[in-house]
Amino acid sequence: MSTELTGAEITVRCLQKEGVDYVFGYPGGAVLYIYDELFKQDKVKHILVRHEQAALHAADGYARSGNKVGVALVTSGPGVTNAVTGIATAYMDSIPLVVISGQVPTPAIGLDAFQEVDTVGITRPCVKHNFLVKDVDELANTIKKAFYIASTGRPGPVLVDIPKDVSQQKAHFAYPEKISMRSYNPVTKGHSGQIKKAAQLILGARRPMIYTGGGVILSDAAAKLGDLVRTLGFPCTNTLMGLGGYPATDRQFVGMLGMHGTYEANMAMQHCDVLIAIGARFDDRVIGNPKHFYNEDRKIIHIDIDPSSISKRVKVDVPIVGSIPDVLEALLKLLKTGKDSPDHSALDAWWAQIDSWRARDCLKYDRASAIIKPQRVIETLYKVTKGAAFITSDVGQHQMWAAQFYKFDQPRRWINSGGLGTMGFGLPAAMGVQFANPKGTVACVTGEASIQMCIQELSTCKQYGLPLKIINLNNRYMGMVRQWQEFFHGNRYAESYMDALPNFVKLAESYGHVGMKIEQPGDVEGALKEAFKLKDRLVFMDFITDQTENVFPMVPGGKGLSEMILV
Amino acid sequence: MRHIISLLMENEAGALSRVAGLFSSRGYNIESLTVAATEDPTLSRMTLVTAGSDDVIEQITKQLNKLIEVVKVVDLSDGNHIERELMLIKVRAIGNDREEIKRMADIFRGRIIDVTDRSYTIELTGTGAKLDAFIEAMEPSAILETVRTGASGIGRGERILKP
Repeated sequence: MSTELTGAEITVRCLQKEGVDYVFGYPGGAVLYIYDELFKQDKVKHILVRHEQAALHAADGYARSGNKVGVALVTSGPGVTNAVTGIATAYMDSIPLVVISGQVPTPAIGLDAFQEVDTVGITRPCVKHNFLVKDVDELANTIKKAFYIASTGRPGPVLVDIPKDVSQQKAHFAYPEKISMRSYNPVTKGHSGQIKKAAQLILGARRPMIYTGGGVILSDAAAKLGDLVRTLGFPCTNTLMGLGGYPATDRQFVGMLGMHGTYEANMAMQHCDVLIAIGARFDDRVIGNPKHFYNEDRKIIHIDIDPSSISKRVKVDVPIVGSIPDVLEALLKLLKTGKDSPDHSALDAWWAQIDSWRARDCLKYDRASAIIKPQRVIETLYKVTKGAAFITSDVGQHQMWAAQFYKFDQPRRWINSGGLGTMGFGLPAAMGVQFANPKGTVACVTGEASIQMCIQELSTCKQYGLPLKIINLNNRYMGMVRQWQEFFHGNRYAESYMDALPNFVKLAESYGHVGMKIEQPGDVEGALKEAFKLKDRLVFMDFITDQTENVFPMVPGGKGLSEMILV
Repeated sequence: MRHIISLLMENEAGALSRVAGLFSSRGYNIESLTVAATEDPTLSRMTLVTAGSDDVIEQITKQLNKLIEVVKVVDLSDGNHIERELMLIKVRAIGNDREEIKRMADIFRGRIIDVTDRSYTIELTGTGAKLDAFIEAMEPSAILETVRTGASGIGRGERILKP
């Protein structure tokens, strides 16, 4: 019989057993025993953030870029409530996280104790699952379940709430190697009959379109998707969450689709006769108004691991529930071994149509402008980093320009808050990306409004020597809010102006980083080159950009994909 | 359309609130909800009565299935099933009314389970419609109190919901 361990020791041992190398967190009363155990070992390294929201975003960036479960540790009460934004961000984008939170001791639960909140209740709608551990004997099993649930099926954040007394109590420790739950058995294999039906539809297509989302990235299906797209010769578009799922520099890629998608991607979506949706969910920012999106000539095949994503906003003709790599493999096998091939003459005509849409050059902007155009900064960033950087972003215009102008050829390089749209995500997420990819080049594309929502993390970056490059597209406006006000609210810029901005150069310097201010278009490339040469320093680059630039194309809210506002 | 959905779930603290939370956060209707442990104390059986278009009901069953603690979901309205609801109704029963109310309870196969010199408490089971009919049959001013459980449902014959 082995010796008994405390709940805190068990927690840390479980993290070690799961191969966790980093925990992002912030200490407090209810987690002191767990911190004490972290202190006594060096396998699991703790990264001290400056705000719990950042702990979640950092764990999230770590998970997205590193393809591992991200782990965050926060205390009870305000520790948890601060973390909620980060948990909801991960939930909306299906990111596997395990969040460990402290709770007041079990006898105090429900008595409005100091730093008590109903953590399980508050987080219930924004986690894949959560647990309150009331018995130390259940702790190891619960943590195992948390990792299992977070990382399988459609991934998502799982929270384990540990009362302080449970972290003190002792139990025999045995970490289960495997776990099975009668109520949770995610499917993997797709239905073979459905896959056959899909293959038939695909081979009969005259105007096909492949539309893929974050599911391709999360399930590591980019290589299989590439095989499918090239085998068929079909056009492919990615959602904001799916960028990098198919190489952006390839001719068969027609750009991102959606509210700020390319003209060619949106038109092809609207007018295709067979749509193959893979790991995507037809959300409002992607297809706009489902009534306008409807096209009676179009058949839809939808491959997704989550049955509830299928036929939620748009009725589909061939639903296939399963893990994307498994389904694509089965589909490819059918397509490659079958006698039939797609109708090449129809496909040629379709490509001619797409190329005519492409010729509209929907992403053009004034390259000769005497004021820095934000698009130019992103294009130059792409050039200077040779397209090989990890790019995180905040939320707004800069996010859309980064998505449109940085060509992602690989998955897990584009890290942004797509579903929840969380301003403040970019900088802490970049920290997590850098921990997961210590040799990688990591840049955070942000704006002067978003960056201020988690700017305290410049301090964390200093502590751990993270050489991030912050690309601040500073237009002195909450740009996307201002754009909507210009288009839909009669130019009344209600509270979208950022007054009293800090001197970002001095601010960066006061945190011990390098600051740069770039005001002339001619200086953009030189400054970026100089910044990326500083391999071991964080450089905060404050680009003073055109205040009135808008993101085009744009599908106004409530409209259909072919009703774009073009530049 | 009205649907009666039956589900088996882990009998754990918080499982009920996950179901209730799902309905409120996604804007689904709940007409009634009953839940209790089964012969296997680790499992609870829940009966939910809801209403919605076919698309909404499809989403409801998918979302219920997605809850980690839910073991199985079945839409009983998809096939033959039986549903019953229990009502306890307390009515004013004085003088000549006493005999009349007792007769009415007999007609509805109700049982009088508590008697005072001024009131009866009647236990009645049946479909929701039958319970409604009994209430209709009572003089409104005579009804002192009603309490209803909401529907419980079970499939007919070989239609069995087991983990």
